[in-house]
Amino acid sequence: MQLKELIQSSRHRVEAFYNLLRIRRIEEAVAKNYSAQEMRCPVHFSIGQEAVAVAACHYLTDDDYVTSTHRAHAHYLAKGGDLDALIAEFYGKETGCSGGYGGSMHLSDLNAGFLGSVPIVGSTISIGVGAAFGAKLQNKNNITVIFLGEGATEEGVFFESLNFALLHKLAVIFVCENNLYSIITSLDKRRPKGADLSKIVESFGAHSYKMDGQDLCSMLDQFQTIIASMRHSPHPVFIECETYRYLEHCGPNQELNLRSESEIKKWKKRDPVDITHHKLMHENFLTSVDVSAFEQAIQREIDHAFMSAKKASFPPRENLMRHVYKETP
Amino acid sequence: MKKTRFDTAICDALNESMLRDDRVIVIGQGVPDASQTYGTTKGLVDTFGDKRVMEMPVAEASMVGIMLGAALVGIKPVMVFARMEFAMLAMDQIVNQAAKWHYMFGGKSCVPLVLRLIVGRGWGQGAQHSQSLHNWFTHIPGLKVVAPATAYDAKGLLISSIEDPNPVIFIEHRWLHYTTSLIPKDAYTVPLGVPNLIKKGPDASVVSSSYATLDALKASEILAKDGIHIDIIDLRTLTPLNDEIILESVKKTGRLIVCDQGTLTSGFAAEIISRVTEKAFTYLKEPPVRITLPDCPSPTTRGLANYYYPMPEHIVNAVKKSHKKSVIDPYANVNASDYLDIPNKSFTGPF
Repeated sequence: MQLKELIQSSRHRVEAFYNLLRIRRIEEAVAKNYSAQEMRCPVHFSIGQEAVAVAACHYLTDDDYVTSTHRAHAHYLAKGGDLDALIAEFYGKETGCSGGYGGSMHLSDLNAGFLGSVPIVGSTISIGVGAAFGAKLQNKNNITVIFLGEGATEEGVFFESLNFALLHKLAVIFVCENNLYSIITSLDKRRPKGADLSKIVESFGAHSYKMDGQDLCSMLDQFQTIIASMRHSPHPVFIECETYRYLEHCGPNQELNLRSESEIKKWKKRDPVDITHHKLMHENFLTSVDVSAFEQAIQREIDHAFMSAKKASFPPRENLMRHVYKETP
Repeated sequence: MKKTRFDTAICDALNESMLRDDRVIVIGQGVPDASQTYGTTKGLVDTFGDKRVMEMPVAEASMVGIMLGAALVGIKPVMVFARMEFAMLAMDQIVNQAAKWHYMFGGKSCVPLVLRLIVGRGWGQGAQHSQSLHNWFTHIPGLKVVAPATAYDAKGLLISSIEDPNPVIFIEHRWLHYTTSLIPKDAYTVPLGVPNLIKKGPDASVVSSSYATLDALKASEILAKDGIHIDIIDLRTLTPLNDEIILESVKKTGRLIVCDQGTLTSGFAAEIISRVTEKAFTYLKEPPVRITLPDCPSPTTRGLANYYYPMPEHIVNAVKKSHKKSVIDPYANVNASDYLDIPNKSFTGPF
């Protein structure tokens, strides 16, 4: 690799590592504070799965769109969603990204191109395709990344949305985080043995990829290529990222009695933060001084977000009936 | 002023809206094809091209979501369901997503989406091609539900619905497509949220919408022959409901008859009667009456369907009964073989 390319590549990797570490620390802070019972909404943590979000969003701009699901924290943050607004939303405060109306399951940050995340499985797949369609109708060439879990590929609307995206050659990337579980139901109870999702998707006509969801650097390179190609010639792409969440489906606790301890241990051995940290240190793109500085900067941000959220007010009572309709201008 | 059919008026509204605003698109099964959605999208694809007047895959659930997504980023879709029942597949997107998007994200984005839901009737279309489920949508905060009864209102309300930044359910009764109004040449709109007092009289307040308004108008002509004159309040917008005109009328007449083209239990007539009872109880001289479909699905045989749909005579009877006048059951003169299953005498099936 030429020196210039090496420097560019190392910059991207270090920046991505910073984003990965940041998301991890934010999620850990939310999980730790949750027991104080002041964040009173269901939370679905991304701990263990964050690298997929970071890699998928790294080469996107604010003009590109993202839609997401109940497990949206990492996607929201990776796309550049405001941290203060996120934490305030968990606390139900007026300064939350959804004004306190939505909580963790209904996030949006339009400035960052994060259009919305909702908890009905499969619902945002078609909405994301629609955003890409709307962009195309207006001759915009931005990209839409649609995050979904592997469970959502069991919904009929997934195939309907894929069909439409292909029919209209939309600039859509379906990023499927396969974390093997739909709540606590494992994949083998939901899928016929030998069913190959990538074959199904390819038979529709889409390009399909499989990625190791815990290897940030490898995913970064692949997403860079895919996104660059997408900017030249829009075409739907389906990416299955094999990954894992450490915590329970909903809530801050471990889930030792519902999934096997050995399985969780196995996945933790391939923790994306650890893997990337070691790799970048080994390649001399990162020093322990850097990492320490990162941790401190991140912690300051987190402290500020929690402090502001706790200080902020609840929305005024009149807000209850506000925003049912948008006022006609 | 020009005598214009309801279906042409719908088409004119789409045409004008699309001319005025580049962001408006029309999509639905059969929208650009030879059937032209019963004439309501006639010629649009020739004028605006197939990127704005579009066909869609047979995938209602995702398509409403796709139109929602497009609406979020600047498009104003008008989606057509040739039969209301097909929209049932999209209830998640309509009820969980479109209706609530503006509220649950704190007012930051909106969904300017219009869904034209066409209500079928007659010619044995039966249980799944004859429903008017407008009341379901009135129950969902965040949706607006609009139901024109005349060609004039159809055009004006559709234009306003397209301009509205909220998701609007546009209830369109198929049998109304053949009716005509005088429509001005120049542009006009009919505002959402304003019922219309279309007949004045002291003897009863008849509240109706969509096809039931046609029945109410026929009833008022029959009653007038006996010197009985009624107020008819054509709702035009079901939600948000402005009940002022209704309350004013009931305070004058003391007699309320609500005509709704849905089934009885939990129908929209129940909402009107509740409001009037809450707000004008002491003005009521007689118990309120609802005239609706019975609580059963639509049968296909005219042998049964002839006794399924209320007739103008039912409204006449309700008004007369509220004045203690004697009445005869209108179905007494109906035979199983009668051809009541068509919108007008010149219609030949099928739909």
